[in-house]
Amino acid sequence: MPGDQPHEQSLRIVLAEDGVLLREGLVGLLTRFGHRVVAAVGDADELRAAVAAHTPDVVVTDVRMPPGLADDGLRAAVELRAARPGLPVLVLSQYVQRSYAADLLDSGDGSGVGYLLKDRVGQVEQFLDAVVTVARGGTVVDPEVVRQLLRRRRDPLAALTPREREVLGLVAEGKSNGAVARELVVSEAAVGKHIGNILGKLDLPPAEDTHRRVLAVLAYLRG
Amino acid sequence: MDDQPRTPWPALAGGRYLRSARPWRAAGYLAGSALTGIPVLLALVLLAGAGAALGLVLVGLPLLALLCLVGVPTGAVERRRLRLVDRTPARTPHRTPAEPGLLAWARLRYREQATWRELAYAVLHGLLLWWVDLAAVAVLLGLPLLLLTTPLQLALAADGEVKVIKLWLVTSYPAAFACAAAGAVLLPVLLHPLGALAGARAALTRALLTPRERELQGLLAEVTRSRARLVHAFEAERRRIERDLHDGAQQRLVALTMTLGLARLDAPPGPLADRLATAHDEAGKVLAELRELIHGIHPRVLTDYGLTGALADVAERSAVPVDADLGTALPRLPESVEAAAYFGVCEALANVGRHSGAARATLTARHTGTALRVDVTDDGRGGADPAAGSGLTGLADRIAVLDGTLTITSPPGGPTVLSLEIPCPVISPTSNP
Repeated sequence: MPGDQPHEQSLRIVLAEDGVLLREGLVGLLTRFGHRVVAAVGDADELRAAVAAHTPDVVVTDVRMPPGLADDGLRAAVELRAARPGLPVLVLSQYVQRSYAADLLDSGDGSGVGYLLKDRVGQVEQFLDAVVTVARGGTVVDPEVVRQLLRRRRDPLAALTPREREVLGLVAEGKSNGAVARELVVSEAAVGKHIGNILGKLDLPPAEDTHRRVLAVLAYLRG
Repeated sequence: MDDQPRTPWPALAGGRYLRSARPWRAAGYLAGSALTGIPVLLALVLLAGAGAALGLVLVGLPLLALLCLVGVPTGAVERRRLRLVDRTPARTPHRTPAEPGLLAWARLRYREQATWRELAYAVLHGLLLWWVDLAAVAVLLGLPLLLLTTPLQLALAADGEVKVIKLWLVTSYPAAFACAAAGAVLLPVLLHPLGALAGARAALTRALLTPRERELQGLLAEVTRSRARLVHAFEAERRRIERDLHDGAQQRLVALTMTLGLARLDAPPGPLADRLATAHDEAGKVLAELRELIHGIHPRVLTDYGLTGALADVAERSAVPVDADLGTALPRLPESVEAAAYFGVCEALANVGRHSGAARATLTARHTGTALRVDVTDDGRGGADPAAGSGLTGLADRIAVLDGTLTITSPPGGPTVLSLEIPCPVISPTSNP
C-alpha cells in the first residue's frame, strides 16, 4: 500500500469506544499517524464531559456503549452537535443502519459528519482519510449505506448511465471531484461533467461545494 | 374402523348392534373389570389394614399416605380400558409437575382434586363395581351360552344327564335342544342390557376419571403460559447471544483487521506483504459475515429504533423492491411483539423473494390503539401454501403466543397478502422515525 506518510494535519481527537481492546488499538493507530487523542473514554457521559473539557477538532465515537448499552454514543453525538453546531463527529457503527446515519446527517447542517462501518478501521488509510475529511467539515457516508440507498431508489435512477450511477455512489460517500477522478481513473473535468448531468437528471440544484452536493444527493436518495 | 357410534348407548336398538363387535367388546370390558378390581381390592385391604395396625408405631402412616394414591394407577389403567367400549380418548386429569423428582410429583398429586376422585373410584371399583360387572356378564352372557351348549354338555356328560344352571335336570336330546333354542332366543335379547350396562359403566368411569371443565381450562392455561415463557426465554437468549458476539468476537475481529491493516502499511513489498493482504481481506470477509449473522440473530435497530426503523431497514434489504408505508412512526411496543412482527415481515419478504415471482411488494404497518397490524402484499403468482413453509408455522406459533393472528390469502394468480395482527398496549408514544 502506498502513502504511509503521516497526514499533513495533526488533529486533536476525543475517542469514545467501550471495548478496551479496540479503544487501545484506535488510540495507537491515530497517534501513529500524527494525531493527538486528547481523551479516550468508554461511555456516553464521559464523552460529553471530555468534549466539554477539551473542545477537540473531531470526535470519533462508537454507537453502542454504556450507560444504556443501546445507541448512547450516537445520541450523545447528535446532542453534542445540537449544542455545538459544526462540531465534527465521526460515528463508527457495528451495523449498516440507515436510521443511525439519517439521525446523524440530520443533526446540524450535515457538514462535518461521518458515518462509517466499524469494519472500515481495518482499511487504515480510508479510515484516516474519513477522520480528516470530517474534521475539515466534509461529509462521509459508508459505501454500504449508499449501496442500500441506491438499491432502494431504483426507479428514478433508471435514467442514469451505469457510469453516472458509479459516480453518484462515490459522491454520496462524500468524495471530492478529485477523489472520484482518481478512483475511476478519469480526468477531473470528466467527473465534473458527469456530476452536472446527474444533478440535472435528478432535478437537484447544482452545487460546487463537496458536502452540500453530498447532502443534496443523500436527501434525494432518502426521499 | 367403521363408522359405528362411540359407545354402546345409541346403537342398542338396531339390529346393527348385534351384527357388530360391540356386544362382545362390552362383555370383554365388563369381564375385564375383575382384572383390575381384584388387585385394587387387595391393595386397599392390605394398605388400610397394615396402615391402621401399624399407625400407632408411625410406620403405618406412609402406608396410609400410599393408600391415598391407589387411585392414580387405577385411574390410568381404567382410562385405557375405556377404549374397549368408547373410542373418545380419555385424557388424564392430572397436571405435569413443574420440576422433576418424586417429591414434587407427590406434592402435586395430593393437592389435585382428581387424585381424590380417582381414590373414590378405586374404593367403589374394588368393593362393588367389579363384582357387579362380573355378575352381569355371568348372567346376561353366561346364562344364554350355557343354555345354548346344553346338547353338547349332554353329549359329553358321563351319566347321561345335565343339570342346566343347577336347576333343571335334562336327560333327553329334545329337551336339551329346547334349552338351546331358549338360549338362542335369550342371547340377543340379553346382549342389549349388557351393552347398556357397559355404557353406563363407561360413563361413570369417564365422569370420575377424566378432567373436569375447570381442570381442562387450567391445563390449557398452563400450556399457553409455558409456551409464552418459552418464547420469552427464546427472545432473551437471542438478545444475550447478540450482545455476547458484539462485545466479544466482533470487537476482537475489528481489532485484528486494524492490526493487519497497520502491518500491511509497514510491510515492504514482497511475498510477505501479499500474504498479509490476503489475511487482511479474509478477516474483512469474516467480519462482514459475522455482522450479517448477528443481525439475523437479533437486529440491533429493533432495540434502538423500534419497529419503524427496523421495518424500513428490512424493506431496504429485501431482494424484491418494497414500498414501505409505515404511516406515522409506530409507537414503542412490548419487545416480544416488536420481535414477532419484525421476524414476520422478514419471513414474508423472504418468501416473496423465493417463491412468488413478484416484481414489487408493499408493506404497511399500523397501530390501531389496541393492536398492531402489519400487511405484506405482493403482485406475484399467488397460490402460496401456508403449510409448506416451516418458517411460517414457527411464526404463527410465535404470534399465537401473543394472542395474535397470522392470516395468508393467496389465490392462484395473486395477489398474496400476509397479515398479522397482535393485540398490544403502547409502551411510549412514538419511536424514533
